[in-house]
Amino acid sequence: MSERQSPLAAFWRDFRRNRLAMVGLTIVVILLLAALASFVIAPYDVVVSQDRTQRLAGPSVSHWLGCDELGRDVLLRLLYGSRISLLVGITVVAIGMTMGTMLGLVSGHFGGWVDSLIMRIVDIFLAFPFFLLAIAVAGFLGPSLRNAILALGIASVPSYTRIVRGSVLSIREMTFVESAVVAGAGNIRIMVVHIFPNLIGTLLVYGTLRISTAIMAEAGLSYLGIGAQDPLPTWGKMLSNLREHMLFHPWHILAPGMAILITVMGFNFLGDGLRDLLDPRLRKVMGAQGGAE
Amino acid sequence: MERDEIVLSPLYSVLVTGPCSVLMWRVAANRLVALVPIMLGVTFLVFGLLHIMPGDPARAMLGPEASQEDIIELRAELGLDRPFFVQYGIWLWDIAHLDLGRSISSKRPVTEIIAEHWPATAELTIVAMFFATLLGAIVGIVSAVKANTFVDHSARTVTFIFLAMPGFWMGLEMIIIFGHHLIWFPISGRGEPGFDRIWHMVMPGFVLGTGTWAFLSRILRSSMLEVLSSDYIRTAEAKGLTRRSIIFKHALKNALIPFVTITGMSLGALLGGAVITETVFNYPGIGSEMVRAILARDAPIVQGIVLLLAFVFVAANLLVDITYMMLDPRIRVEGRRQ
Repeated sequence: MSERQSPLAAFWRDFRRNRLAMVGLTIVVILLLAALASFVIAPYDVVVSQDRTQRLAGPSVSHWLGCDELGRDVLLRLLYGSRISLLVGITVVAIGMTMGTMLGLVSGHFGGWVDSLIMRIVDIFLAFPFFLLAIAVAGFLGPSLRNAILALGIASVPSYTRIVRGSVLSIREMTFVESAVVAGAGNIRIMVVHIFPNLIGTLLVYGTLRISTAIMAEAGLSYLGIGAQDPLPTWGKMLSNLREHMLFHPWHILAPGMAILITVMGFNFLGDGLRDLLDPRLRKVMGAQGGAE
Repeated sequence: MERDEIVLSPLYSVLVTGPCSVLMWRVAANRLVALVPIMLGVTFLVFGLLHIMPGDPARAMLGPEASQEDIIELRAELGLDRPFFVQYGIWLWDIAHLDLGRSISSKRPVTEIIAEHWPATAELTIVAMFFATLLGAIVGIVSAVKANTFVDHSARTVTFIFLAMPGFWMGLEMIIIFGHHLIWFPISGRGEPGFDRIWHMVMPGFVLGTGTWAFLSRILRSSMLEVLSSDYIRTAEAKGLTRRSIIFKHALKNALIPFVTITGMSLGALLGGAVITETVFNYPGIGSEMVRAILARDAPIVQGIVLLLAFVFVAANLLVDITYMMLDPRIRVEGRRQ
């Protein structure tokens, strides 16, 4: 590594060498562009407008991916769906990460009964399989996109808490924390200024991977009818609407499914790549976590 | 702790540190006791969820035309007018007597509904687990043994795709291809007892197990590679053992430890995934029943099913821990030190 390089430039150089991570980044950037483009070419009133003459029409010049069961353009709805999927992925991770990080920091830093109390509650939540907990919470709150996001966010808090707490326990033993304590820094200062910056790498990696979990789970909830409701075009909802017609119009369910597949793959590649660069230790932790979901 | 320095007699090791030793059962019993507060918390959470659900169960049971007096009467009968914690206590007492209440829509006891649908889900989960471990083991071993060859690269590409594939979409595509066009497998229902049942579970079982086998194969590949690069494998090679014997007799045994743990933990993913898979294939299990109940706002059924699945998941995790202790002596000894 040349000495003149800034850390960011060095990181980018290593990142570019990781082929899968680059593929992931490309997919995510395309998805972002698609979501941005949807604001211009696929506004809400266009994606819900029905053209009865075009019901289940195949691909054509005016409708590149054909139309759905109510004569709505599939491509435009797909674009609008990318906006929702990104929104879901990011907000779910934001909810889980914010609450999980706060709980994990407090739990790991203070230890003692605070730690026991928080971790026992986390254990109770982890007694439910992730998707089951999300279904139950979303089901009880009532079906809507907002409730699905809330449910997925709540259901993911425990796993963040666990990971953050684990990291905090090891960081807290390091000498720089000890010297901060000696220098008379208060608890909040130690947690925010000294411990938290060392968690960012882990959180970035884990958060990226959890975006794909969230997108997939939301699609599942919407497919079951527990998430977004008609006429909001989310990928999961599109699949469940087209299901009745799929035996005679098999091509129509291809596009929304592929959209989910490619998006999830993109975030997985990006997250894996970031992990190899930022936090190889996490491989083990997440190997144990990922299987439970 | 001084005992660690003493050379252990064979009898001692059987009784105290062996795979089925007294000590191991004691550790297992401790774990079981530790589960009690967790399960109590689980029941509290499930019960609490009912109370954030909008709508009044009594009103839902009586329908829109019921008079206010009837509703008040039924609320009293169901105990809904009592304080929250009293209600929780009564509910918990009922659960301890295997009474999960009655369905709001059909008025049937929830335990009866669960007993009717649970076997189907249990069978499906077993089939999915079979696919997951079999494919996971084959792909993982082949990938590790042929590391960084064309075979390995293709296998890993396939696992990446399957890991990212939404199960319900895969199910729909399989229904179109294998159910509708090729007519190899039935596309919905559970079939008649016997071979027909197994035939009905092939597609849903495969779909349900997909994410898991892809994940398991990745785990096994990396643990296998780690083991294959260790000293004792080099020794085995130097001794001139055959490649097959090295892989299957020496390497696999150690590489399987994380595989077994993750397999057990994947049960949660399978139970959660069963809800979607069963709905896609119209499979009459507990998962599709739960979705039906959620959409019909039939809270007692949802409560009962969530509770059952959480219990099964926790019990399975305990079993995994015990298996883990049997497989790995290091963990047994750590358990002893605690």
